Amino acid sequence: MSKIVKTITCLVSLPIIVFGLYIISHGHLTPGGGFAGGAIIATLVALLAVAFEKRLSQQLFSLAESLGLLLFIILGFFGLSSSFFHNFLAKAVSFGPNPGSINSGGVIPLMNLAVGIEVFGALSLIILLMSQKND
Amino acid sequence: MISFPFIIAISLISLGFFALVLKRNLLKLVMAVHIMGSGVNLFLISLGYREAGIAPIFTNAPGLNMVLPTVQALTLTNIVINIAIIALMLSLAILIYQHYGSLDTRKRKLKE
Amino acid sequence: MIKKITLTILFAFLLAAALSLHPFGEPVFTEMDDYFIQNGQEETGSNNIVAAVLFDYRCLDTLGEASILFGAAVGVFIISRKKYV
Repeated sequence: MSKIVKTITCLVSLPIIVFGLYIISHGHLTPGGGFAGGAIIATLVALLAVAFEKRLSQQLFSLAESLGLLLFIILGFFGLSSSFFHNFLAKAVSFGPNPGSINSGGVIPLMNLAVGIEVFGALSLIILLMSQKND
Repeated sequence: MISFPFIIAISLISLGFFALVLKRNLLKLVMAVHIMGSGVNLFLISLGYREAGIAPIFTNAPGLNMVLPTVQALTLTNIVINIAIIALMLSLAILIYQHYGSLDTRKRKLKE
Repeated sequence: MIKKITLTILFAFLLAAALSLHPFGEPVFTEMDDYFIQNGQEETGSNNIVAAVLFDYRCLDTLGEASILFGAAVGVFIISRKKYV
């Protein structure tokens, strides 16, 4: 694409990553979560593939996909003292509307992070594989 | 009493079914499946609505009258499964187009 | 022609089912959801009840969902190899 598109892509790529990480890390306080944040970061890969027209390597996204799912299952095994997927870090919060803190939620932010990595890898891999031309 | 969200969801699902049976283009079949998934999402969300309720999030909530949370979690699951189905169907359509040279489901002639 | 008649009959049945549901805005079976709203914040520590349902109460559901996305990506990867084209 033209120089304008490349420059705007370089400018906007860092805010997209920061916004996606914000959506993922505040998944237990505000609307959003791992799926939405991973999809937001995966749009950056589509933008890069459109703007620079270079074939990106698939190894990184394949690794991210496998790593996210593995992290999710390992977090499930950590709570095995009572049951599978038990929330072993839970900290009680008083009932009712409150501003909330990012420290509460126990294992839920970690699982949001794992699912975010997995969705980012899977969606980027699907976008890259369906946009390559094989003739 | 007529409840319009259920009727609109039923109309979307029936529209997907009509297109799935009557159309022949593969891309239109993929669009039909996606429309059916959207109808199911709308049906689930409208099934759990409570009168004048807010989203079930306690961060600075104005009240405690909340809609049902379980159907919203099931809707999130359904969205991701829809994406997976659409991706698989589209890549199979690409493969069929490269083999047969056409997206019509009735033409079965191998490309030389 | 027979297809269109069958589909119209199916649409009529679905419409009858939609008209005989409970009225919009007044859900019927709410015991489980009321339990989640009343106790979910104290049991999991999460302000977002949807996240608490997704990642604590019904976490096996989320595991299946993530596995389905993983399987779809692997399927697209296998289909779009150059060997089969």
